[in-house]
Amino acid sequence: MSMHAVHPKRLNRRIWTRDAIAINILGYVFIGLFALMCLFPFYLIIVASITPEASLIRNGYPLIPTEFSLQSYALCLKNPESVLRAYGNTIMVTVIGTFLSVWLATMTGYVLSRRDFPYRNFFSFFFFFTTLFSGGLVPWYMMCTRYLAFKNHYYALILPMMFSVWNTIIAKSFIGGIPAAITESAKIDGANDFTIYLKLIIPLCKPLIATLSLFAALAFWNDWYNCMLFMTDETRYNLQYYLQRMLGSAAAMKIVAEKSGIDLPSVPLEGMKMAMTIVATGPIVLLYPFVQRYFVKGLTIGAVKG
Amino acid sequence: MRKDSSLTRVHKKASLAHNLRKHWLLFVMLLPAVIYVIIFSYVPMTGIVLAFKKYQHAGGIYFSPWNGLKNFRFLMVAGKLGMATRNTILYNLAFIVLGVLFEMGSAILLNELVSKRFKKLSQTFMFLPYFISWVVAGAIMYNIFNYERGVFNHIVRALGGTPFDLYNSPGAWPFVIILLKLWKGTGYGSVVYLAAITGLDQEMFEAATIDGTNAWQRIRYITIPSLVPTMMILVLLAIGNIFRGDFGLFYQTVKSSALLQPATEIIDTYVFKLLINDGNIGVSAAVGLYQSVLCFITINLANWLVKRVQPDYALY
Repeated sequence: MSMHAVHPKRLNRRIWTRDAIAINILGYVFIGLFALMCLFPFYLIIVASITPEASLIRNGYPLIPTEFSLQSYALCLKNPESVLRAYGNTIMVTVIGTFLSVWLATMTGYVLSRRDFPYRNFFSFFFFFTTLFSGGLVPWYMMCTRYLAFKNHYYALILPMMFSVWNTIIAKSFIGGIPAAITESAKIDGANDFTIYLKLIIPLCKPLIATLSLFAALAFWNDWYNCMLFMTDETRYNLQYYLQRMLGSAAAMKIVAEKSGIDLPSVPLEGMKMAMTIVATGPIVLLYPFVQRYFVKGLTIGAVKG
Repeated sequence: MRKDSSLTRVHKKASLAHNLRKHWLLFVMLLPAVIYVIIFSYVPMTGIVLAFKKYQHAGGIYFSPWNGLKNFRFLMVAGKLGMATRNTILYNLAFIVLGVLFEMGSAILLNELVSKRFKKLSQTFMFLPYFISWVVAGAIMYNIFNYERGVFNHIVRALGGTPFDLYNSPGAWPFVIILLKLWKGTGYGSVVYLAAITGLDQEMFEAATIDGTNAWQRIRYITIPSLVPTMMILVLLAIGNIFRGDFGLFYQTVKSSALLQPATEIIDTYVFKLLINDGNIGVSAAVGLYQSVLCFITINLANWLVKRVQPDYALY
């Protein structure tokens, strides 16, 4: 284990000492197993979604694909209106919601980061306090349904997640790292605060915006909770809630089956659940490799204490 | 956060009108967020009066008649709140302890791995579960643990064992829930720690290597101590929410099985059932108030303790 006289240049190269070998073996085994464990369920769902229904009923969900059929996907899209509508709702809410939430977080964060703004501490605490104490689910729910008429309105899917105190704190600390001289010199040149925010600060916040957009888009795309609370009209369902309903009740699937004019016993209910899961997850996972780079960078930003 | 001296504060107060005129646009830019927080956080805070009222639709939140502590007495008689509270705390404690262990452990191991490609690929896989909704996670549970067709029993049957009905075995649920939580969150959490490790001064490690330390010692005496501040922030935040459960995790996996209730009911699912299924607004508001007050006390207590021991780690 003793280190021989090491030439400084060799330090950057990995030296295979016994401890390095041990720790790498441990790392490969543990990390490798865990990574496979993370991937495995996705594999299982894909396999189940391409297995014919008869085989699913007979043998259960398979470990290894034996037969191949796109029957389940075909049925998912046989009656495309409701799936497409759910897709449309989710995409619309995700786009609008992400834009609004990033805009609010950066604009609020910018004002709170301005050292010459006299009430920044007061307002910072005003926002922060809401993370310490809340009225609970019921008064909030009453507010939304009774006084803001959330039931069956699209804004019920956007407003609840439009502003996040944590995102604002992240934005504040990121923007606080931008030299104040930029704001000051622009003020001397006669620019107003909003122009400075829009024209000078925003272009310097690309990593921040990428991170916040990703967090927000993920939250809106994966939301089923607000849909469950506020939507009773099927045309207002978003993708995740549509999936939840499909997974949950056989009754809901009977309706789908009847609409598409297929005998009940031959309806690939089991496979359809899995196919729908893939359809509902798909886009966000496909997007994943592209955003991963930003995500890791953004988490570094997010980890900074506000 | 509050560093300005009393002198400048007096000065500020004296010139409120002046400040308003000078910074009016900043106030306007702050306005949307302020209005939002007032509507969705501060006004609902006044709605906690519902906990002491008999809700009537005509009267709404503020004009329904008072009924004293009747809602709380109802909870005492129903007797489920204690169980839900215990479950919430125990699950959260397990999440905190195991979460820190797994996340920090994977971050340290990932950092020590020699192969960059393996590191990147495994990170990609570990991150994947973070991207899916709890609904999809519920579908995964169904695929694996479904009694008749699940993959788990598929394997058990193939090996000649007796199939296991998870949905009729409350005792197994704590393990399943904890496993699912770790599965979904470890990849994300480990990146936070990994970012903290990458931010460390590499010369420290080089100097320690020259001094003849081995990899274990460097982890023990350099890496782990430098991760403590990150850990403290995350743990403190988690402790502040120890009475708040992850609603999606429990709701989407347990569904509404009465048999599993003793092992899986948390405060959040209990409030939800009282409100949505039973429509018992006063009682569910009482549970909500109970939860909020407990959370408020814990976070302040935890922060106060941390402040006394090590002020740098305090949240506020």
